[in-house]
Order: sequence, then structure tokens, then C-alpha cells
Amino acid sequence: MTPNGTPRWKMSRRFAAITTSFAIGALVLSGCAESQRDNADGGGSGDAAVNSTFIFAASSDPKSLDPAFASDGESFRVSRQIFEGLVGTKPGTADPAPLLAESWEQSEDGLSYDFKLKEGVKFHDGTDFNAKAVCSNFERWYHFKGIQQSETVAYYYGNLFRGFADKPEKAVYKSCDAVSDSEAKITLAKPFAGFVAALSLPAFAMQSPTALEKYDADKVGGTAEAPVLSEYATKHPVGTGPFKFDKWETGQSVELSYNEDYWGEKGQIDKIIFRVIDDPVARRQALEAGSIDGYDLVSPSDTDALEKAGYKVVARQPFTILYLGINQKVKELSKLKVRQALSYAIDKDALIKQTLPTGTEKAIEFIPPSVNGYNPDVEKYEYNPEKAKELLKEAGYPNGFTVKFNYPTGVSRPYMPTPEQIFTNLSAQLKDVGIKVDAQPNKWSPDYLDRIQGGTDHGIHLLGWTGDYNDTDNFVGVFFGSEKPEYGFDNEKLFSDLAKARGVADLEKQTPLYQDINAEIADFVPAIPLAHPAPSLAFNERVDSYPTSPVNDEVFNEIKLNK
Amino acid sequence: MLRVIGKRIALLVPTLLGLSILLFVWVRNLPGGPATALLGDKATPEAVARINEAYGFDRPIIVQYLQYMGKLLSGDFGVSLQTGRTVTEEFATRFPATVELTVVALVFAIGVGIPLGYWAARHVRKWQDHFSVVLSLLGIVIPVFFLAFILKWVFAIQLPWFPTDGRQNPRINATHITDFYVLDGLLTREWDAAWDAFMHLVLPGLALGTIPLAIIVRITRASVLEVVNADYVRTARAKGLTEKLIRNRFILRNAMLPVTTTIGLQLGLMISGAVLTETVFAFSGIGRFLRDAIFTLDYPVLQGFVIFIAIFYALINLLVDISYGLIDPRVRVQ
Repeated sequence: MTPNGTPRWKMSRRFAAITTSFAIGALVLSGCAESQRDNADGGGSGDAAVNSTFIFAASSDPKSLDPAFASDGESFRVSRQIFEGLVGTKPGTADPAPLLAESWEQSEDGLSYDFKLKEGVKFHDGTDFNAKAVCSNFERWYHFKGIQQSETVAYYYGNLFRGFADKPEKAVYKSCDAVSDSEAKITLAKPFAGFVAALSLPAFAMQSPTALEKYDADKVGGTAEAPVLSEYATKHPVGTGPFKFDKWETGQSVELSYNEDYWGEKGQIDKIIFRVIDDPVARRQALEAGSIDGYDLVSPSDTDALEKAGYKVVARQPFTILYLGINQKVKELSKLKVRQALSYAIDKDALIKQTLPTGTEKAIEFIPPSVNGYNPDVEKYEYNPEKAKELLKEAGYPNGFTVKFNYPTGVSRPYMPTPEQIFTNLSAQLKDVGIKVDAQPNKWSPDYLDRIQGGTDHGIHLLGWTGDYNDTDNFVGVFFGSEKPEYGFDNEKLFSDLAKARGVADLEKQTPLYQDINAEIADFVPAIPLAHPAPSLAFNERVDSYPTSPVNDEVFNEIKLNK
Repeated sequence: MLRVIGKRIALLVPTLLGLSILLFVWVRNLPGGPATALLGDKATPEAVARINEAYGFDRPIIVQYLQYMGKLLSGDFGVSLQTGRTVTEEFATRFPATVELTVVALVFAIGVGIPLGYWAARHVRKWQDHFSVVLSLLGIVIPVFFLAFILKWVFAIQLPWFPTDGRQNPRINATHITDFYVLDGLLTREWDAAWDAFMHLVLPGLALGTIPLAIIVRITRASVLEVVNADYVRTARAKGLTEKLIRNRFILRNAMLPVTTTIGLQLGLMISGAVLTETVFAFSGIGRFLRDAIFTLDYPVLQGFVIFIAIFYALINLLVDISYGLIDPRVRVQ
């Protein structure tokens, strides 16, 4: 008995009843639930000597598993494992190379292309890859309607092929003809010299026509205000690539497994898990704790420490440009001599050494060396502070002047990992020749681009670009193709030269035009090219090599592991 | 009792309506817009204008609000601008994670907080009391994200006892039925999966539970002190009842009322704590998603999630009110 008269057994009986009912409940529930796990964890049929599960940290979920409706790096990283395009890239470069197409020929008029296709290739669902499949993909893109055409959905098709079936007068694409099973002929309505190179973008990868139809890939539902992804784009992407899609748990991971019927090299990896870890510090810690095998976009301040601790840090060949923009609507900056003085005042080597990651290359023009039309002989403006002072004097500013210097805060871009540091470094250099800066820090989101690209209230500024594929127009055309508030100049000759070069269908004829344009830009100094920063990846010690690509064309069957 | 519950639920309607208006106005007046976030580097002014037109963000705010409410009444919370999935689906897939985390945090906060508060009160002005008060003060002043960081650095990186991030080791390849991973592991008898999911909850749970713990300690201490010298306690003691019985029946039960209220309120605050904790531990719950939505100005997600959280919060507090009746029969009579 307890002191208040309740028998002790009564209390314990109540307790026993509760525990028993819990236990029974749990048993009943677990009877209903069945473990669906296969026990082939990690081991698999791959190289027995290594752990064939590879875990890579992604900075976000993919936006869409249908690459035609994606434009972001994380979607493309996954797409490149599942899908292949007609055209790939030569390892380590941005140059087009055969992939699903073994070769191609351009017609005399430059408007049609004959693609000889690889034979015997099948999509993951067993559908044959042939000329019919190629044409069905091209026709699909061309016939996108309504919200599918939006900038946030079919970004690359809209921007590169410029028009859809409902407005054929604007479209670059005209038709696709399946000449035989292994030969597809694509005809364009307008010349597009970058056509073949553009096909290396994951957005133009070949997808299984059967699966596209079966899972309603084109049913981008919802309304114009709110597109909803199709079942295909979230659960059933089907390509010809070395890896098949398994599952996507949003916010957590995307899992892929090896495609046993893959036509190419198998590699050592049986299973890829892309884990979503959005915080850069958390990604580094996950690598240190051993819960991931690697991650991308290592922050420059981490590279040394990681290397010292025995991790493998790999820099990509740069495909970026960081520049100091100049707004010619500002009186002083409209004078060529002042812009030249700015160029001579900057010690790019010091800037790179002090603020940018290892592997960064010095920039003399607005395209990286791996892009067509790169001209090594442009005016280089080697660092010369005396000459800068002299030019300022000649321009009428013997005592220098003060200029607004806009830079973004709260952001890290592949071409600009630490804007604040770059700003501090450059302002000190400019001060040495007598140019005083009026610091204008603006929050990246949402103010910075609005202020720089939308209005005239800015002086000099930091900005840059990461290229998508080997296309010169994708760099210089974007920057200097028309009059823009960002630069505030009107240079009819430059605009028309760029338009002319863009319209040339033959790459061999186009390259010298761009070389001339790059020299012309260097002489005009609409902005100052600073550097081509190289993004780095970090891996644990079991990774022997990783197939870095300037345009991120990195397929994981080429990763070499040692355990 | 039912009438009280009915009345409380009816009151929820004007509350949520007011909240929806405030939210809508606030969200739309945040600087910038979702178009800039969607387009990134490619955000030219023309592209931004095109997106705003396509999504209807250029229409008058009243029109946008009425359209939104019209859909809301038919249960349509819209679609995330960033992920292209419905807001309801996004919430449903992430909610179990946050619930699991909150439960662990709450069990920790209550399990440690009430005994500690009681212990402090029973040794008032002795070292035990001072110790608890200083401990709870520390718990309140240390920011959640900082504590999360320290816990992770010490117990996951320097001493690799716990996992650094995520909800479950993906190598385990667990079966998921309910999306409550610990429960799933138990149901499917994949014990390793359940254990692994639980281990993933420990550090974030501790980080998230610390502030509520500190507050529960203080409230328990104060309310125990209030009843400890009450007449009925003295009477009970005079009757010769055991200390244990006096503690459970007379002191704690009477002291629990303010503590219960606090727990209900803390649950709401935990959601805001979850935003930080989930970020540090890359834990895919609603907190982390909400944080991303703030950065990318994902209007539908911001609006939808806050409304869901408000409903959840209101329901919890309704449950707290109902539990008063269980703890204190006097409330039932009234």
C-alpha cells in the first residue's frame, strides 16, 4: 500500500496497461509496414575494391529533372549524369566533341547540319535512340507553348533559338528530318554559328520520346502565374547517360544508379547520392566529418586549410570573367584617357594574389582563353601607375577626381567570391594614382543588379559572368551588344560589328571577326577585364581524379577512386 | 467544453484573415522581387519586367490579394516560384522533419527543465538554486545558431559522436512510409535506420530545446515557490503524507498550470528557432525552406507557410487550454 491508501499494484497496473497497449500498437503497425530495402548497399556490382557509392553535396535541389526546362547549375549537374546530347565537349575544354552524334557536316549555305548518330544506343526505358528520337526532341522544344516559353522555364531554348512554332518568323530552328535511323538532318531558318557548340548544353540533351509522352513532360500545369512541374520532371527523367534516376527526396537528396546497358565506359561508381546542403560552411564540415565525398564551389578562404588537412582541392579551368564596369554617363569616365588611366592603375596580379582563389588567370579581354575568338594580341595595359597619372593629367585631372564605386554585399559568385575584399584592394590601387572612390555598397539581392543594369546612378562597379558554353556572343554580345545603362555608351560601330559577327554561320569565318572585336573593345575600354577566377571543388582522399570541365561537363563515371 | 472549443476555432477565422492581410502587404513590400532571385545574373530589367507580368506581380496589390484569397478558400495555396511544386506539397514533405525535431527538443526541455526547476525551488537560495538560475540564464542568452554551431563543432567534428547534418545517412537506404524517420525505422523494423535518424536529431534537438528549457526552469521554479508554502501543502504535510506524494499531488500539479502555458507558447517560438537550427544542421524541415523562401522572396511559400504555422500554433494553444481542465478540475467547473 502507498501512504495515501492506494494499493501500489493499482498504479503499476495502470502503467502496465499503458505500456502494453503501446507495445501492441507498435507491433500491429509494424505488421502493416514492410521494409522495402534492398541490401545491396554500397557494395553493388562495380569495382569490388572501392566503395561504389559516391556522395556529393549539392548547394540546392535541382529545379527540374527535365533539362529542357532548367537553367541552373544544380539541375544540370544531375542532368549530365542521366542524359547525353548529340554533342559533348572535349575533356578539359569547352570545344564541341562527338557524343550521341559521331560526326556532323554543315551544308554549303550554312543552314543545315547532317548528324551521323551513334548506333545501338538505347534510352534507360529501352526505347531506341535514333534519328526519329532526335527529331522528336527538336520538335518538342520548337512547339513549347505559353508558360513553357517563359524565361524561367525553357530559358536556353528561348534565348538561343529565339522563337517557337507560334512565331516562326523569329525562330532560328526550321525543321528536322530523319533521313535514316542513324542520320538526322536539322535545318535552321537563320544562320547560327554557335549551333553545334550550343548543343553541348544539357538543356538540349536527348530525352526518351516514350517517357516524355508517358509521363506528360509537356504538361507544365498550373497557370501562367504559377507553373507546376510535370510528373516527368519530378519523378521519371529518362536519357541515355551512364546513370539512371532512382529517387528525389526534396530538400534532402537525389539518388542515381548505374545504367547497366550503358554504351560507354562503366567507371567505378554504382550509385550517386547528391545531398542538398545549402550552407557552404556546413558543406565543408560534412566533408571533414566524412558524410560526403566531395562538394563544389569551395570558398577561397577554405582551400588552404582543406589542402593542409589532406583533402584534394581541384580547380576548374576558368570559364568566367570578373570586370570593373565603367559608366560613361559620368562626365570624367566618358573620356577615353581617363578609362585608359584606370586600366593602367590596376595591378591585376596583386589583386588575384590577394583576393582570388588559386587557379585564377589574369584577364586581358572579356572572354576566357578557351573561347573562340580569343585574341592574345589586344592592348594589355600592363600595370603602370606613372602612366596612369600622366593620362589623368592629359585628360584634365592632374589632381585626380572622386568617383562612385558600387560593389555588391552579401553575395559570393563563382567569378567574385569576396566582393568586399576585391573592392578594398582596387580602391587602394586607384587611390595611389589620385582617383578617390566614394564607396557604394549595395545588397546583391535585390538592389545591386537593378541599380547597375536598370539605372544610371552608378560610377564604376564590380560585376562578372559565367559562360554557358563555347560562344563568344554569350560573353561580349551580352555585355556590349547594345546601348545599356550599365555602361552608358553608344558605339554604333561596336554594336554593328557584334551583330555582324553573330550572323556569320561559319565558325572559321566568325573567329577572326571576334578577334578584331576583342581588339576594338580593348582600345575602347568600356570596362576593365580583371580576372578569370577558377571555381574549386574539394574531395576526400579516396578520390584520385575528377574530370573537371570549364563548362561543368563533368560525368561521374569518369571519377577515379582508390578505395 | 465543446462550446469553448467551437468558440476558439471560430475565433481563428478573423485571426487568420487579419494575418493573411498583414502578411500579404508585408511580403509584397519587401525590397526587390522574386524575379531578380529567379533570374540571378541574367536579371536584366526587361527580363524582370517580363516575369513580373507573367506572374501578375505588376497588378495592384488589392487585385493580387483578392485573387490569392479566392484560391485560398478553395484550398489552393499556390505554387512555389522556386521549385514549381505546390505549397501544400512542400509543407507536407517537410513538416514531419520539423515535428520530429520539435518533439525531441520539447522532450529534452520538459524532461530536464521541470525537474531542474523543482530542484532549484526546493533548495531556494542555496547553491543548487544559484546553479540552476545561472544555467537557465546562459540558456537564454546564448543565441540558438551559435549554440548549434558549437554543439556541431564539438560533438560532430572534433569528437565524431554524432552526424554533422541531414536527417539520415543516405547510405542506410531506409524505407520511408510516414516521413517521420524514427517512426519509420521502428515500423519497418529497420532498427539501424531508426537509430541513425534518432542520432541525427540529438544535436539539433539540444540546440533547439535550450531556450525553452531555460524558460521552463525559471517558470517551474517560480510557480513551485508560489505553491510550496500554500495552506494546502502545509495541511498535507501536517497530515503526515510522504514528501513524494506532496510533491506530485500538491505542489507540482498546482505549479503545472503556468508551466503548461509556457510550453504552449514556446512551441510556437521553436518554429523560429528551427529556421536557424535547421540551417546549421542542413536539416530539411520547414524552417530551412522558409529561410530560403525569404532569401528568394518566394511569395506563395512565405504566405502559405506562415499561415500553416499560425494554424498549427493556434491548435497547440487550444490543446494547452484543454489540458488545463485535465490538470486543474477547477477550470472544468468554470
